[in-house]
Parts: sequence; structure tokens; C-alpha cells
Amino acid sequence: MPVREANNLKIWQRRSGRESLFHWVLWLIGIAIFAYCWQQISKSTTWFFVWDAPRIANDIWTRATPPKWEYITQLGKPIWDTLNIATLGTIIAVILAVPVAFLAAQNTTPSRFFIRPIALLIIVSTRSINSLIWALLLIAIIGPGVFAGVIAIAIRSIGFCAKLLYEAIEEIDQTQVEAITATGASRWQIMAYGIVPQIMPAFAGISVFRWDINIRESTVLGLVGAGGIGLQLSSSLNVLAWPQVSLILLVILAAVVISEWVSAKVRGAII
Amino acid sequence: MNDAVFDVETKLGQPWKKPPFVQRAWLRWALLLGLIAYLIAAYMTIDVNWSRVYEGLERGKKFVLAFANPDFTTRSSDIWEGMLESILMTVASSVVGIIISIPVALGAARNVAPLPIYLICRGIIAISRALQEIIVAILLVAIFGFGPLAGFLTLSFATIGFLSKLLAEDIESMDKVQAEAIKASGARWTQWINYGVQPQVMPRLIGLSIYRIDINFRESAILGLVGAGGIGATLNTAFDRYEYDTAAAILLIIIVIVMALEYLSGVIRARVQ
Repeated sequence: MPVREANNLKIWQRRSGRESLFHWVLWLIGIAIFAYCWQQISKSTTWFFVWDAPRIANDIWTRATPPKWEYITQLGKPIWDTLNIATLGTIIAVILAVPVAFLAAQNTTPSRFFIRPIALLIIVSTRSINSLIWALLLIAIIGPGVFAGVIAIAIRSIGFCAKLLYEAIEEIDQTQVEAITATGASRWQIMAYGIVPQIMPAFAGISVFRWDINIRESTVLGLVGAGGIGLQLSSSLNVLAWPQVSLILLVILAAVVISEWVSAKVRGAII
Repeated sequence: MNDAVFDVETKLGQPWKKPPFVQRAWLRWALLLGLIAYLIAAYMTIDVNWSRVYEGLERGKKFVLAFANPDFTTRSSDIWEGMLESILMTVASSVVGIIISIPVALGAARNVAPLPIYLICRGIIAISRALQEIIVAILLVAIFGFGPLAGFLTLSFATIGFLSKLLAEDIESMDKVQAEAIKASGARWTQWINYGVQPQVMPRLIGLSIYRIDINFRESAILGLVGAGGIGATLNTAFDRYEYDTAAAILLIIIVIVMALEYLSGVIRARVQ
């Protein structure tokens, strides 16, 4: 413990001189980087608009309130579409994620040096690209509509579900697998009776959790034209119909809160 | 396994059946029927233009091929600018978000903050978590104008909700003994936080911060779609012009950076924890 002596008094310090110097240099570099970033951001900002922002915000607020409640009658179908995008996307994703997860887990993968890296690559690449970008891409390929949204959500969720699932597979209790193996079970029987029952709760939990996230994501997919309530949001924004925008935002907020509540309840019941 | 009525005599000689995942039979059937009914209803209401999808397969093939042959050079200046802007936004918003979220997290931990402050901070967290980044970005672009400032504010705002919630949970579950020992030595409140609480939650804070930087970078890639700066605008243009090779190049860069960040965060988290 570094102790400094001054006037015959021992003063405790948290770090020795060299360590604290090192820390100061680190902080200095960090602050310099941040200052540079901020400078660049502020360079490409029109500050006049920023100083004007409170007035604009106030203006938007007065335009947006009260929400246009009667518009909700036209939102039934978009909400149903949003629900479909999230649910069907999750179902497809989960079906595709299971084999990927089994191929990626250390203890079930058929080949550690060839197939496992491919599975991991699928997981990383689908996970690191946002569903909006997938939607953008799919709209360019298969045209706008709900179907593009479903596929976008499905692709995006594969990585997430497969990652959590393969971690669950790697953490299983090996003794149960050994017991099944000892009975002379085949490779598939070991999977069905030794591994699957152990990961089933995790699997159900992951699916519901992802469904909850997908409801969130599918509400905004319409912004790029992939169906759902986001489509109404973007068209209302384009015609500056702020009362409709505020109503849609309220509906989205309600959907998010409800889906989070449902998912928490279901996960609570499973685990 | 219904242990209460498990009777060896009746089970003897009968083949073993795998216990179902959902124990209650009526619930199992209701779930299954509901799922089928839902799938039929969903299938009936989604109108898919299959001929359009079929036509699109050709373009899809082109796109997949573009991944094998990405074009980094033709639009390199646009890509470089967008990427730099995304990274700038990520760094700046992560720093600001983390700095703000620390006091909010302290306020949202019931064992540190009094009730009124606790409620206010929990409210902040709830609002920030309920609104998605892209919606916040739309509103902020409308208010602050186009450019990376709106994106920066959006990401900072989202960071606060994420980080404060998880950090507050960690503070609430900290070891009370150490904090009490510091208090018993006559420490002021700030000293108590600094020496009693902070060392306990520091590993978690570092791990979460790095994880959040990772998320912020991913999110910064889409904020450009609504005009909030970053690589998203370039990507959107590339898709609109059917320049799949450029789009593939951008996506590859995003994937590589995310992978690098993920690897880095794994290393750092393993070291601090």
C-alpha cells in the first residue's frame, strides 16, 4: 500500500506515484478524444437551429396535443400487421436458430474447426446488423410489405436466439447426457432425451424474450416501408400531421409496455 | 413428475413416456390450438405478392454475390465520412451517457437514495427505455435539425436508460458490510460513495459501458435513415441506387467493427471481473 510521509505523518494513498501518473495520462487521452469528437460534431451542426430548438419543441408540442383520438379506428390493421411481423418473425427465427445453436455449441458441434466457425459467423453477422437495415435490404430485393418485415425480423433474431441458446447448451449438466449415452442411445436420441429437456426452459424463455424485443422493433420497421404501424407513422410525419403522430406514438408505447408485461409474466411462469 | 401419486406397481411393465413440457393437459392443448388458429389468421391477412418475391430472388442472388465482391473504392470518401461520423457519435454519446447515468443510477438505487429521488430517477429510466432510439431520433431531428447532434443526443438518452437500470440493480445488490465499514470510519456521503460503493460496482460499470459502446455503434448505423447522421444515410443511398457492392462493403465494415468491439469487450470484461 503506497504511503507518503509528510511532517512525520503517514498519509495513505490509493495509488503509487507511477500508477497515478499512468491514470492521469489515460484520462488525458480520453478527454482529448472526447473533445475531438465533440468538436467534429459541433462543426457539422447548424447551431442556429439548436438555439431555436426550445421554440420548435414548444411549437411541435402545441401541434401534437391533443392526439387525434378518432384516428385509432384506422390503426387496427397496422397493429395486427405489427403483431404478425413480430410473432411470425420470431417463430421462423427460433426454428432456424435451433440447428445453428447446436452446430455452434462446443459440446454438440460435429466439427470444431470447420462447422463451428461458420455457425458463429452466421450468429455474429445476423446479430450485428440492425433489423431496419435488413428490412431496407429485403425491400430492395422482394419489394415493400409485411413479408419483408417478417423476414427482416426473422433474420435479425436468428443470431440473438442462437447465441443465447448455444450458451445454454454449453452449460448443460453432462452427467445426464452420459446416462443416456450409457443406455446405448444413438446420437439423435442423446439429443432428444439428454440435451433437449435440459435446454427447454431456456429455449422458451429466449423465444418469449426475443418476441418482446421484436414487438419493439417491428413498430418502427414501417419507417423504411416494411409494413406495420411504422408505415402510418412515417406517412403522418411526411404530411406533418402531428396529432396523428402523437396518437401513434402513444399506441406504440402501449404496445411496448404490454409486450414487456406479457413477456415478463410468461418468463416468470416458465422459470 | 407427479411424485405424490407415483405408484411403482401401476407403472411396472408399462413403457416410459416422456413427460410433456407443459404439465397441465388443457393448457397444452389450448396453447397448441391457439397457435394454429393464430397462424391461420395471420396467414390469411398477410398478402404476399409471390410473383414479386420470385422476381426479387434474382436481385437477392446479385446481392449475395456482391458480398463476395464488395466495392470499397468507388464511394470510399462517402463511406469513410459516414463511418467516421458514426464512430464520433458513438464515442461522444457513450461518454456523455455514462457520465449522466452514474448519478441517475445512484438515485435509482433504493439503498442509496431517498424515496422522492428514487422515484424521479426510476421515472427517467422508464421513459428512456420505453422509447426506441429511432423514434427519439425522429423527434430530435425535427427539433434540432439534421446532423450528428441529433444522433448524439439520441444515443446519449438511450444510454442513460440502459446503463442506469443495470447499474442501479448492481448497487442495490452490493455487499452492505463494506459500505458500513466505510461509514463507521466517519466518512462523508461522497467518501462513502467513493470508497464504499464505487469499488464494488466498478467491474460491472466497466463491463456494461463497453457493452453499451458496442450497442451504440450498432444503433448509430441506422440513425442516418432518419437524418441523424452516421453511416446509415450512405447505406440508404446505396440501397436506393441498387449499388449492392457498395452496400455490401458498408455492411462488411459494420460487421467487422462490431466483431472487433465484441472481442475487445470480452477481453476487457474478463480482465475486470
